[in-house]
Amino acid sequence: MTLLAGALAATGALAQSDSVKIGVILPMTGPSASTGRQIDAAIKLWLAQNGAKAGGKKVEVLIKDDAGVADTTRRLAQELVVNDKVAVLAGFGLTPLALATAPIATQSKTPMVVMAAATSAITEASPFIVRSSFTLPQATIGIAEWAPKNNIKKAVTLVADYGPGNDAEKFFVDRFRLNGGTIIEKLRTPLRGADFAPVLQKVRDAQPDALFVFLPSGQGAQFMKQFGERGLDKAGIRMIGTGDVTDDDQLNDMGDVALGVVTSHHYSAAHPSAMNKKFVADFEAANKFRPNFMAVGGYDGMRIIYTALNATKGASGEALLAAMKGQVFESPRGPVLIDAQTRDIVQDIYIRKVERVGGQLWNIEFETLKAVKDPGKLK
Amino acid sequence: MPTLLFDGIAYGMLLFVLSLGLAVTMGLMNFINLAHGAFAMAGGYVLVLLMQRAGWPFLACLPAAFVATALAGALLERTLYRPMYGKPHLDQVLFSIGLTFMSVAAVDFFVGSQQQIVQLPEMFKHRFEFGSGPWMLGMGAYRLFIIALCVVLALSLQALLARTRFGSRLRAAVDDPRVAAGLGIPVDRVFLLTFAFGSGLAGLGGALGADILGLDPSFPLKYMVYFLIVCAVGGTSSITGPLVAALVLGIADVMGKYYVPKLGAFIVYALMIAILLWRPQGLFTREGRR
Repeated sequence: MTLLAGALAATGALAQSDSVKIGVILPMTGPSASTGRQIDAAIKLWLAQNGAKAGGKKVEVLIKDDAGVADTTRRLAQELVVNDKVAVLAGFGLTPLALATAPIATQSKTPMVVMAAATSAITEASPFIVRSSFTLPQATIGIAEWAPKNNIKKAVTLVADYGPGNDAEKFFVDRFRLNGGTIIEKLRTPLRGADFAPVLQKVRDAQPDALFVFLPSGQGAQFMKQFGERGLDKAGIRMIGTGDVTDDDQLNDMGDVALGVVTSHHYSAAHPSAMNKKFVADFEAANKFRPNFMAVGGYDGMRIIYTALNATKGASGEALLAAMKGQVFESPRGPVLIDAQTRDIVQDIYIRKVERVGGQLWNIEFETLKAVKDPGKLK
Repeated sequence: MPTLLFDGIAYGMLLFVLSLGLAVTMGLMNFINLAHGAFAMAGGYVLVLLMQRAGWPFLACLPAAFVATALAGALLERTLYRPMYGKPHLDQVLFSIGLTFMSVAAVDFFVGSQQQIVQLPEMFKHRFEFGSGPWMLGMGAYRLFIIALCVVLALSLQALLARTRFGSRLRAAVDDPRVAAGLGIPVDRVFLLTFAFGSGLAGLGGALGADILGLDPSFPLKYMVYFLIVCAVGGTSSITGPLVAALVLGIADVMGKYYVPKLGAFIVYALMIAILLWRPQGLFTREGRR
């Protein structure tokens, strides 16, 4: 605690210096490495496009790898705050990583921009957390609204058994029932499981109209393949889910079985706006892969930090946090707002279908729910 | 129900091929090789890299995975494992678990930590279905292929060990290396071949299983427990033991995940405890041996 108190004094001193540091903690190795890779590439793209200057100061971005381990995230955050005296903490690939860091943000009064982790409750863990990604309840209700209107009356849910998965299950089930649907079964799989054979067989025997799926970014391809192999698509079971399953990063490797899968999410690389076209083109030119929703969370996170630094001429602490709240801007995903009250993002949620366009698979948006607030906080 | 049984058998067969090498080194050579999973992972990555980077067809990659890991096994046996044969079991465990961690880190560094995705050839994507309702049997072509391949492997290995000169030399070398050497059996070479063959089998299993078990750098640690359970339950003195153990485990695992998903993976451990309470020496080991 004394260390952190010292850091507090030091952040005051930082305001006078002519450079400002942003400490980014990402899982660059380990099972969630694709999240880190996407956000890292997006941050580099932002810096290349906008230069390393904001609020009249030189911006230094320090990227640290926590390998997806919460203890490491916390230690790195402490080092960044105490030794490097960063003005902003950012990144956080998974919910536990963000929650482990929240107390450090609170104690050192350092704004913390969550660029990936999507459990609803994260922003409540510290008054210094601002989120630039999305929340699972937000992404989930889109599909839960759409399904009952499109001849899906009976559904089975299948989620990865951890925070965001539980969020997705709860909000899908509640909203789907509210709209007159029936849930036959609620299934959960271990976070790291790769063999979905037993659960898929169970789904097949239950004969629902559709299977709602949430799996963390990166597991979608494996799941989709087994879904097809087990013949669920031929047995007339439709697959719906949040956009994590048809992650743009992997979508092209999934093959034809993904065609026609309907998901709801806040970002598709195929979003038809001039801004997104430029974003995707620049991103692909600099990297060998397509940006996904993680990349756009990182990109917008950088925008939030830059805008706040510019508005406050490079302040830190509470002043910087205040400048992050209430920002309204156009993102590659569409119009977004950082809700001043909850510090969570308010954005459009799109219903998309996987289609083949120009020889590649894309999530094509065909319906929009305007300005969706996180339903997890509407109590 | 028959579908589940079928899936369980396929899964068990896969476990059998993966664990067999371990049963051989542990049971016949009396060496505890916890790095066995690392050889399996190596086989998986040989398959994935040959398919993705060199464009080899799937079926050609399977023997390649076997050969590559067998060669690696032979090389390591000569350089690292041989001095460990005489050491106490604790040293062997520490040594081989260290090797496992090194392999995990190496793969993470060179290939990356993401799950690898194997694109099976079209012929394996078929699905055969018979009957209807709860008694419907659905068989994926790929799982059928795995079962067939493993049955052939098990039969030929049993014949190799029980009927050939090499088999009797191996058993002699294991029972008493000094006397066997005195009788003119090249003990070193027999062990080398056996170890290489066991590693090759692990590599083949890893390559076959890449699609079903998934493949990422944590593979050796994730499945090490399963291999050890197969050896513990099945005993290590024959081929039938691990085969039956692997089948029981595979079927129990699939059934457990289907009928009691809340308990999920724990079923396997419960079953192991039950079997070992009943027969502490393993299902098929003759009592009093070693």
